[in-house]
Amino acid sequence: MRYVLAVLVEDKPGVLVRVAGLFSRRGYNIESLAVGKTVEPMVSRMTIEVEADEKILEQIIKQLYKLINVLKVSNLTQEPSVDRELVLIKVSADVGNRAEIQQIVETFRAKIVDVALNSIIIEVTGNQEKIEAITMLLSQYTILEVVRTGKIAILRGSKTIK
Amino acid sequence: MKISGAQMVMEALKHENVDTIFGYPGGNVLNLYDMLYDTDIRHILSRHEQGAAHAADGYARATGKPGVVLATSGPGATNLVTGIAAAYMDSVPMVFITGQVAIPLIGTDAFQEVDITGITLPITKHNFLVKDVRELPTIIKQAFYLATTGRCGPVLIDIPKDVQQAVAEFRYPENVSIPGYNPTYNGHPGQISRGARAIARAKKPVIYAGGGVTNSGAYEELLQLAEQCGIPVTTTLMGLSAFPGNHPLALGMLGMHGTYWANMAVSNADMILAVGARFDERVTGDAKRFASKAKIVHIDIDPAEIGKNVQVDVPIVGDVKLVLTELLKKLGPSDTGPWLEKIAKWKEETPLSYSQDMNGEISPQFVIEKIYEKTQGKALIATEVGQHQMWTAQYYKFTRPRSLASSGGLGAMGYGFPASLGMQVGRPDELVFCIAGDGSFLMNSQELAMAVEYNIPVKVAIINNQCLGMVRQLQQFYCKGRYISVDLQQVPDFAKMAEAYGALGLRVEKPADVVPAIEEALAFSGPAVIDFRVMSNTNVFPMVPPNSQINKMIKGEQK
Repeated sequence: MRYVLAVLVEDKPGVLVRVAGLFSRRGYNIESLAVGKTVEPMVSRMTIEVEADEKILEQIIKQLYKLINVLKVSNLTQEPSVDRELVLIKVSADVGNRAEIQQIVETFRAKIVDVALNSIIIEVTGNQEKIEAITMLLSQYTILEVVRTGKIAILRGSKTIK
Repeated sequence: MKISGAQMVMEALKHENVDTIFGYPGGNVLNLYDMLYDTDIRHILSRHEQGAAHAADGYARATGKPGVVLATSGPGATNLVTGIAAAYMDSVPMVFITGQVAIPLIGTDAFQEVDITGITLPITKHNFLVKDVRELPTIIKQAFYLATTGRCGPVLIDIPKDVQQAVAEFRYPENVSIPGYNPTYNGHPGQISRGARAIARAKKPVIYAGGGVTNSGAYEELLQLAEQCGIPVTTTLMGLSAFPGNHPLALGMLGMHGTYWANMAVSNADMILAVGARFDERVTGDAKRFASKAKIVHIDIDPAEIGKNVQVDVPIVGDVKLVLTELLKKLGPSDTGPWLEKIAKWKEETPLSYSQDMNGEISPQFVIEKIYEKTQGKALIATEVGQHQMWTAQYYKFTRPRSLASSGGLGAMGYGFPASLGMQVGRPDELVFCIAGDGSFLMNSQELAMAVEYNIPVKVAIINNQCLGMVRQLQQFYCKGRYISVDLQQVPDFAKMAEAYGALGLRVEKPADVVPAIEEALAFSGPAVIDFRVMSNTNVFPMVPPNSQINKMIKGEQK
């Protein structure tokens, strides 16, 4: 099963390597990892998507806690939360199909952020299903390149992770 | 007053009550050694950085104090790697200090530059690259704190040359605050009660004790619990000196080369109390069928060890000593007589055995048994890795805490000899033996120079079977006897080699000469090496084939 973890870490050099290294050396599967600063100075937040069974997940959380720079690990999978990913998709497009593509983009409330003679770049924000759906539809044209940020997630309501 | 980074290190070591360090100098630790010159700290010079690392590890295991190692950048640092990994696998408190090239040179592939914090990331509890001399006091304080608290382990501090030279105000912090590090010491009272109930209800209980008992100093508590409740105790290799091996409740080691009766007891138990042990695969064999009839109560300070390899019924996260103390308050005597009789039968049925023809070749087990008899189980012993290590576990009954140093987790050949030197340095008044194999001893035999220079009177017993015995045994069983690269006929004459270094060297070829040689080495005031030429084809039995249930043991050679 796929789980989403919010991991608060000290904002120190090498922390990302420590976390990523832990996953690779213990054979855990990372699906995506996104990291950025928080409102707390010196604290960064990682959103890590992992593919694991329950037993492995328990180990992942415990092993993460063993890293000295890890402050808190929260499992958001079962919690009501908002999750988003931002994707940039470069599609081969010319006068002939640009309008068609534009329609798909509008339907998904995505944005065209760059137009060139033979290509356009589309920015999509959303959850996994939305991104998969638009990618699927765009695949009838030639997708030249895709860049994804990895999932980020936050709890709904006033509850926070600190 | 402002002092240099190198001076800060010395001041910090004094604050941490470090009186002995092991190391090897080099270009990027010039400043550190220059400042060491002015201190009272005893520096033991190894002849290879790996020797320093293992020696400091033996020092730490024998004393309970952190082992401290100093080495230069690049090759000095990489030579430590096996030593760091050995300490990490066995949870030994150690602080490694390495020099690094100056900050502006980092990342330029400078001479003797290596990313040692990167390299040691997976084998240290934590490590630091010091970028600012003002952070140095806090970092050293944190390093010692991390190494010696919670689940102990090695911590490395990498100090660039310009940080060693830079000056700043020095104030050694009194307290440590590491927000992401809060080990749990006191067990959860509810869990302790549940554990106590499980123990009290058990008719066929077994205690399975590991290195955590030693690290937490719970020797007395474990003994008291076993005696109070009449529970037999089996230990891991790491736990061997945590419970008196000659005690009526001692079952010896369990697992792959454990005793038959320990494995039978565990496999038939209705309750296992795992104390500071981690259900390593050498212990459990097939983990799914390990102790399948038992309710498992697991005490460990590291929550990640609970449920990692084996499903546990009652987890208790906490310091072993504190948890056992609480458990003791809740437990009364229980009658385990019939169970102990059953175990005694298994022991009678399949005891540890070997034969010694006094007119034939020397049996390896005979040497170890004689060392045990001569030292009455009171010596401090370091072992290398291989058959001799398992025979030591089987035939040497350890009777005192912190009397064994053996590379249990990493299984590093070359560990034992330098570790024995460290044990002796840490406990100068004790008798220290190194039980070695002919293969292992050669891996760090250069430390004979350390032994002689500092007159460290360790007695080395080389169980010389002229081959890599454990690998040969595996090739016999699993490669149809197609022996390759295990023949070690071509080794130096160890006795002459010892003499060449200035130690006492003896060679023994007849069973009748074993005891006199041990006596001669014991009578000698300095380091001694005894080359026991033993028969070469002896196997370690009993043995559990890989991934099998541990009660399905091969008891001996098919004849």
